[in-house]
Amino acid sequence: MLRVFRDLFRYNREFAAGTILVLIVLSLVVASFFSPYPPQDSYVVPPDVPPCWAYPLGTNSRGQDVFWQLTVAIRNSLLFGIAVAFLSRIISLAIGLVSGYTGGLVDRVLMSINDTFVVIPQFPILTLFYFMMHDHMSWTLLALAMASLGWPYDARLIRSVALSLRNREFTAQSVFSGMSTRQILLEEHLPYVLPIVFSTTMNNINWSIGLEVTLSVIGFTNIETPTIGTMIYWANQHTAMVAGIWWWVVAPVATVIMTFIGLFLLSVSMNEFIDPRSRLARMGV
Amino acid sequence: MDVALSVRDLRAYYLTSHFGVEREVRAVDDITLSVEKKEIYGIAGESSCGKSTFIRTIAAAIRPPLRVLGGSIRYSFLDRDLYDLDERALTEMRWKHLSCILQGSMNVLNPVRRVRESFKDFASPHMGLARSVFFDAVKAHLNRLRLSPTVLSAFPHELSGGMRQRVAIALATVCRPEFIIADEPTTALDVVVQKDVLALILEMQREIGSSMIFVTHDLTVHANISNRLGIMYAGRLVEEGSTRDILRDPMHPYTRHLIASLPRIGDVTPKKGLSGAPPSLADPPSGCRFHPRCPLAMDICRQAHPELTALAPGRRVACYAVSPLVQPAHEAAAARKATKADKSAAFLQ
Amino acid sequence: MKEWPRASLLGAEIEFASMRTYARYFLRRLGQFVFVVFVGINIVFFVTHATPVDPVEQAISSATQFGHSDPRAVEIMRKALRELYGLDGTILQQYVRFWTRLATGDFGPSLSAFPTPVSVLIRQSLPWTVGLLFTSTLIAWGVGNSLGGLAGYYRKNRLLKAVGIAATGLQPIPSYIMSLVVLILFGYIWPILPISGGFQMNVSPDLSIPFVSSVIMHSILPVLSLVLITIGAWFVGMRSLVSNIVTEDYVVYAELAGVNRRRILTSYIMRNALTPQLTGLALSLGAIFNGAIITEFVFGYPGLGTLLVRGVNSGDYSLVLGIASISIVAVATAVFVIDLLYPLLDPRVKVE
Repeated sequence: MLRVFRDLFRYNREFAAGTILVLIVLSLVVASFFSPYPPQDSYVVPPDVPPCWAYPLGTNSRGQDVFWQLTVAIRNSLLFGIAVAFLSRIISLAIGLVSGYTGGLVDRVLMSINDTFVVIPQFPILTLFYFMMHDHMSWTLLALAMASLGWPYDARLIRSVALSLRNREFTAQSVFSGMSTRQILLEEHLPYVLPIVFSTTMNNINWSIGLEVTLSVIGFTNIETPTIGTMIYWANQHTAMVAGIWWWVVAPVATVIMTFIGLFLLSVSMNEFIDPRSRLARMGV
Repeated sequence: MDVALSVRDLRAYYLTSHFGVEREVRAVDDITLSVEKKEIYGIAGESSCGKSTFIRTIAAAIRPPLRVLGGSIRYSFLDRDLYDLDERALTEMRWKHLSCILQGSMNVLNPVRRVRESFKDFASPHMGLARSVFFDAVKAHLNRLRLSPTVLSAFPHELSGGMRQRVAIALATVCRPEFIIADEPTTALDVVVQKDVLALILEMQREIGSSMIFVTHDLTVHANISNRLGIMYAGRLVEEGSTRDILRDPMHPYTRHLIASLPRIGDVTPKKGLSGAPPSLADPPSGCRFHPRCPLAMDICRQAHPELTALAPGRRVACYAVSPLVQPAHEAAAARKATKADKSAAFLQ
Repeated sequence: MKEWPRASLLGAEIEFASMRTYARYFLRRLGQFVFVVFVGINIVFFVTHATPVDPVEQAISSATQFGHSDPRAVEIMRKALRELYGLDGTILQQYVRFWTRLATGDFGPSLSAFPTPVSVLIRQSLPWTVGLLFTSTLIAWGVGNSLGGLAGYYRKNRLLKAVGIAATGLQPIPSYIMSLVVLILFGYIWPILPISGGFQMNVSPDLSIPFVSSVIMHSILPVLSLVLITIGAWFVGMRSLVSNIVTEDYVVYAELAGVNRRRILTSYIMRNALTPQLTGLALSLGAIFNGAIITEFVFGYPGLGTLLVRGVNSGDYSLVLGIASISIVAVATAVFVIDLLYPLLDPRVKVE
């Protein structure tokens, strides 16, 4: 495992760049635990100070240190992304494996539903959801709602792999040895699918953070939870750009772009790594 | 006899590098052979023995990671080595002088365009005819191949496998090239269609009078079509001779095995498989590449590769066990160099 | 050798077979379209009816939160709103009414722009959204695929490599962030283009040159953002498609035949890569639509996105519901249209 990592880092530029970006973001997350004061408190520092030694990313109009606020915001955003990715992975794994393994009518029905979810525009539905929930809207609810919309792309991918696994000999052997469908899926097929799931997870995290930022900026989430999105929301509320307090907007935007590109590059290099053609070339068959 | 193609010491390797793992696959190693005019030269060998790479190399169709590392390829219709041609001369030469019929002709036609467009793209630059005259010529040619002109307006997927193969043959022969390279053209077809297609290829070749290299792993096909036969194993030519001689009296143990494994009517003796798998070309065995699977392997086989040696007129074999005349390749090369040097020294004096 | 009996019949046979496969294909796609609308609208119904919050009570509480109201008046208001929202009667009646409203395109009057019907508001904004989407998708898809195709074919070209790196960087950036970056760049750092609205307020909206040019000027930044958001994916997708297709038999064969390089690139490689990219377009329309309405909101563009946010902020239930439903139908329709175009690009219409 460690060797794989080292080789990847050395020979794959995407992987190296992605790792560095993600490490920077992760170090911000770690830093958040050392915040000198609770990030929600306002007017603990002088407002509207441009970046300087004491406040490396300046302070905002609410008297918060942008740097410390950023560390907590990116932590919450990442956590949110991971939560959505994790939940939606469970759905896509279940649907993909069952659909691919069972085939026939079940497969057709599940894939029709799947394609429908791919096509349906999620933003208006999430907006409607927020509209119905208003003050009841919470971090958890939003994560659940987004997970139930974010699975179909990867379910199709997993299905295609499961479909090919179904025709392999070891599956037939497992069937003959009396394993139940559930056992075959969980013990035999799941391990094959996991690497693919891993690489799509990165993209799913990106997708959910992106949507969360959007919904928060418009104010369609719980705006009291500090995330990258709500940070930009408050900056917009104080018309930071017009007032010339650009660091309040630029800091979260730059951080989140770094996160997106970092995760994306990791997923790209991971894809190349698990691609059977490149794998064969590496193994020297 | 005139020589249509002469290949000398040809070496073509795949050089790859993935995540720091560098590999060299020696798909074609030191192949020397010549094809005479109007002859069908067959190449046989099991899958991944380098047949297809050889074909690609002599058709100047290599692209990285495949690279030609040495040797020469000379066609009678070219005034220089194939790899000394520039892009334009190559394009000019293709299809006019050298055409190919490929394996899996199911997929050699562009799936989203009508057959007519393929004929236009492939043949019209070389024939230099006005549009209507050109298509009259194409239709006449299709007619010779017993194809209705309606195939021109069909998409490839609308044709049956046999028809597609005929279209591919028509496409390859419409410019009446001097040399045709056929790579497993009958492999994906069912037996009945196979017979028709073979007959058709033979007929076209005779009519045009072109020379041909015909590659297939199927020795029964070779028995029907090839004049001479070269047997390839693990990137090297191990035996060569007239098809009749080789089938009747195979000399190399690998050839013997290939022929012994052919089904024969009335033959009830059990077939013996060859132990072991074909070697990896990335890490070929030392010496003779066949020695790990060879029943006759001796010490020298492990140490040095045997030279493909002429043992009778038109008959070359690379096996120490067959004849004491067979020398290690490097010694033979040194000897050749020495005689050459002697000659040039004599010339200088 | 015998004459091939199929050959003479071929023409007519092919015509007939392809007509029949096309009809089957059409029916399948139509079925999928109906299914998408059905499932989508059911999700909308589910979201509005399974959530614990009652939009009627919410509207009442926001209307009565300032000062005391007469309980009788509140009761009348409640009844009126229930009827207006189609929220009276049993759940089954509501479900049927929900579909009837959608089918007739009648979502009742808007609360925030009373008494203008929701359908009128949507009809006013939809052309802006469609125009924005159509233009930006056409540019992004066309340019992204062309450049991606070139990059896949000419792997060593330095310029295309640089474009590739830029495209890889652009690909994961979500719509809002991209729009914001564009807004900051052209609104604050280099203010040369209008950053808000669909046209200049002092120009009368008719087919005059000042109006049209104002519309174009105002659409540049939203279109630019949308193009930047989507072009990377098309570029990268096309590049990898092409680098696979160059090893296909028909490309190798055409190269062996010395077919003109440019012809190979266009008619053999790109032409074959376009079909999966068209499928890709159909599949990502929903996501592109999301991006468009978010971008509209950032640039205050008078389309569905801005209308949607306004509806939410003013508590306009009918409007939000209407936009969500219409969005689903609109995207499903666009996907259906692309599906019908597909056989034009690929003669092998898929029939399973």
